[in-house]
Amino acid sequence: MRDIWVFIEQDSGVVEESSLEVLTKAREIADARGYLVTGVLLGRGVRGIAGGLGRYGAHRVIVVEHPILESYLGEPYASVMGDLIGERNPDYFLASATRNGRDLAGRLAVRFRTGLQAHVVNLDIAEDGSLVGHVPGFGGNIVAVVRNVRGRPQMATVALGVFRPREAWGEAEVEVVEAKLDPSKLRARRVEVVRRGYVDLSKSRRVVVGGMGTGGDLTLVRELAKIIQADVGVSRPLSDIGVAPKDIYIGSTGVSLNADLAVIVGVSGAPHFVSGIRNVRTVISINKDPEAPIAEYSDYFAVGDLFEIIPKLIEKLRRGV
Amino acid sequence: MGLRNIVVTLKVTPKPEEIRFDPVTKTIDRSKATNEINPADKNALEMALQLKDRYGGRVIVVSMGPPFWEPFLKLAVAMGADDAVLVSDRALAGSDTLPTSLTLARAIQRIGDYDIILTGEESSDGGTGQVPPGIAEWLGIPHVTYITSIEIIEPGKARVKRTIKGGYEILEVDMPFLASVELGCNTPRFPDFRRKRWAEREFKLKTWSIADLGLSPEEVGFKGSATTVDTLMELKPPERLRSRITGAPDEIAEELARIIRELLR
Ligand SMILES: Cc1cc2nc3c(=O)[nH]c(=O)nc-3n(C[C@H](O)[C@H](O)[C@H](O)COP(=O)(O)OP(=O)(O)OC[C@H]3O[C@@H](n4cnc5c(N)ncnc54)[C@H](O)[C@@H]3O)c2cc1C
Ligand SMILES: Nc1ncnc2c1ncn2[C@@H]1O[C@H](COP(=O)(O)O)[C@@H](O)[C@H]1O
Repeated sequence: MRDIWVFIEQDSGVVEESSLEVLTKAREIADARGYLVTGVLLGRGVRGIAGGLGRYGAHRVIVVEHPILESYLGEPYASVMGDLIGERNPDYFLASATRNGRDLAGRLAVRFRTGLQAHVVNLDIAEDGSLVGHVPGFGGNIVAVVRNVRGRPQMATVALGVFRPREAWGEAEVEVVEAKLDPSKLRARRVEVVRRGYVDLSKSRRVVVGGMGTGGDLTLVRELAKIIQADVGVSRPLSDIGVAPKDIYIGSTGVSLNADLAVIVGVSGAPHFVSGIRNVRTVISINKDPEAPIAEYSDYFAVGDLFEIIPKLIEKLRRGV
Repeated sequence: MGLRNIVVTLKVTPKPEEIRFDPVTKTIDRSKATNEINPADKNALEMALQLKDRYGGRVIVVSMGPPFWEPFLKLAVAMGADDAVLVSDRALAGSDTLPTSLTLARAIQRIGDYDIILTGEESSDGGTGQVPPGIAEWLGIPHVTYITSIEIIEPGKARVKRTIKGGYEILEVDMPFLASVELGCNTPRFPDFRRKRWAEREFKLKTWSIADLGLSPEEVGFKGSATTVDTLMELKPPERLRSRITGAPDEIAEELARIIRELLR
C-alpha cells in the first residue's frame, strides 16, 4: 500500500499546529486513494504524544527519540529522517513549510534526487500516482500547477494555514525506533535560544497593520488596535529593521490573515504583502498616496496622512465604538 | 584568522509588481519588468563583504542564468566582490531546484577553497528557499538557513544567528558551511563610482558552460528536473468594494469611524 509520510514538527514536546494541517490533508488524500498515512515524530521524550496524532489523520506514527532532537537542528534531523526514508522507502513525504520544514525538505530532496514542491497551497495525488501541487510564485499572484515526474519519495512542503486540522479519527499505532546518532560528529551546534513569545495572527479576528508609512513608530497603530480590540501586525520591512517581532509581519514570507477586519495603514501593497490579506473579510486602508497599489486590495481606501487621520479616528471611536 | 573564499550565489529576478500574466497563452511576460539582483542575495553579498572587511578573504559571486545577467554580476563586483562567475548554457533552461542546486554546487567546487557560502533566503520570483540546503547537500557540508549575522569565533568556526519561531537561536558551525541570509537583515552598500566604471569597462567575468563543470545535458534543464509545470494560473485579487474616502482628515476620520462602528456591531 502506498504510504504518505508527514514530518511532525515539534519543539520541546509541543507539536507545531501546521504539521496537523498537513496530517489532516494527507489523510483526506489517502482515504480517497486507499493509502496509508505515517506521521514521523522526532524529539526528546515524545512517545507519549504520538498516539494522539492519529486523531488528526495518522494511521501510524514512527517516533525517534534522542536528547539532541529536542528542538529542530538541521543535521541530526536530516540524518535520522534520511536513514528512515532510505530504509522504508515511502512513496510521499510532506512537511509544513515552516522555516524548519523547508530546511529539512530542501536537504532531503537532494539526498534522494527527488522532486520537491515549495509551499503548496493545494495538493493532490493524480491517478497515475504523481503528486500535484499548486506552487505560488511572484509574491503569490501566480500559481504554477506542478507535478513530480521523477524520484522517490515525492516531496512537497505545504503552505501554513491553508488546510484545517480536523480531529476526526482514532488513535494511531505507534512504533518507536532507535536513534542512530553520534552527536560528537555534528558540525553545527545550538548554543543559545532566545524567545520573546509568539502571537499567531492567522487566528486573529481583527488586526491593525502598520507599514513603513508609520516611519517605524507604531504608537498610533497600537492605540487604534486597543480601541477596536485588534491585534497588531506589520509589513515585513518593519520586522526587518527590528521595530516589530518577525512573527507578526503579513505576507508571502510571513503570516496570512483570516481576520474579519484589517485596518492597514502606511502600507504600499506590494505583491509579497497583499498575498497575506486575501482571506480578510473587510480591508480598510489609509495611505497618503492616492495611487498606492493597496487601493486595489481594499474595501475602503482612505487617502490621507495617517498621522492626521488616526488620532482623530481614535478620538471619535473613544466616544463609543 | 584569514578567511579563504566567501562565495555568494546571486540570482537576477524581475520585480514582481511589474510582471504580467497572459491568460490566453498562460505565460508570464517579464519583458516589461525591471530586473534586479534578487533582494535577499544583495543582503547575502553585503554580509560577505562585511566578513571580508573584518576577516579577509575573497568574495566571489556565482550565478546560473542567461548572458543578460552579466551587468548585474558586474554590479556585484562594483559593490566590492573580487570575482564573478556566470554559468550559462542553453541546456540549463527549465531547471528546477534539483539541477539548479547541482549546477551551483559544481561551480562552487570549481571555484574551490571556500570557507563560507552565502545565499539569499529565497528568490523573489520562484521563491522556494530550496536551493540553499540543496547546494549544501550536494557539497556534503553543513548548512544553516534564515541567518541574520555571522561572527568568526576561532579558525574554522563561526557563530551564526538564525531566526526561529518566536525569536532566534545562536548556532556554532564548522567551516566550510553554507548559510542562507535573511532578506532585509542589513543595508547593502552602494557601489563605489570608480570601481563601478572599472567593473563595467575592464573587469572580465568568468563564463562557464555545463561542460566546464563536467555536467551532461541529461543532468540539467528539463531533463534533469524532478518536477514539471503543467500550467500557470493567475490568482485574481479578491473582489473588494474599492470605495475611496477623500476629504479633510476630520471628514475621513468621521467616515472611517462610522464604517468601523458598523463593522464591529
Ligand atoms: C522575496 C521577498 C519576500 C517578501 N515578503 C514580504 C512579506 O511577506 N511581507 C511584506 O510585507 N513584504 C514582503 N516583501 C517586501 C515587499 O516587497 C515590500 O517591500 C514591502 O511590503 C513594503 O512595505 P511597506 O508597504 O510597509 O513600505 P513601502 O513600500 O515603503 O510603503 C510605505 C507606504 O506608506 C505610505 N505612507 C508614507 N507616509 C505616510 C503617511 N504619513 N500616511 C499615510 N501613508 C503614508 C506611502 O505612500 C507608501 O505607500 C518581500 C520582498 C521580497 C523580495
Ligand atoms: N539560478 C541561480 N543562480 C544563482 N543563485 C541562485 C539561483 N537560484 C537560486 N539561487 C540562490 O538560492 C537562493 C534561494 O533561491 P530559491 O531556492 O530559488 O528560493 C537565492 O536567494 C540565491 O542566492
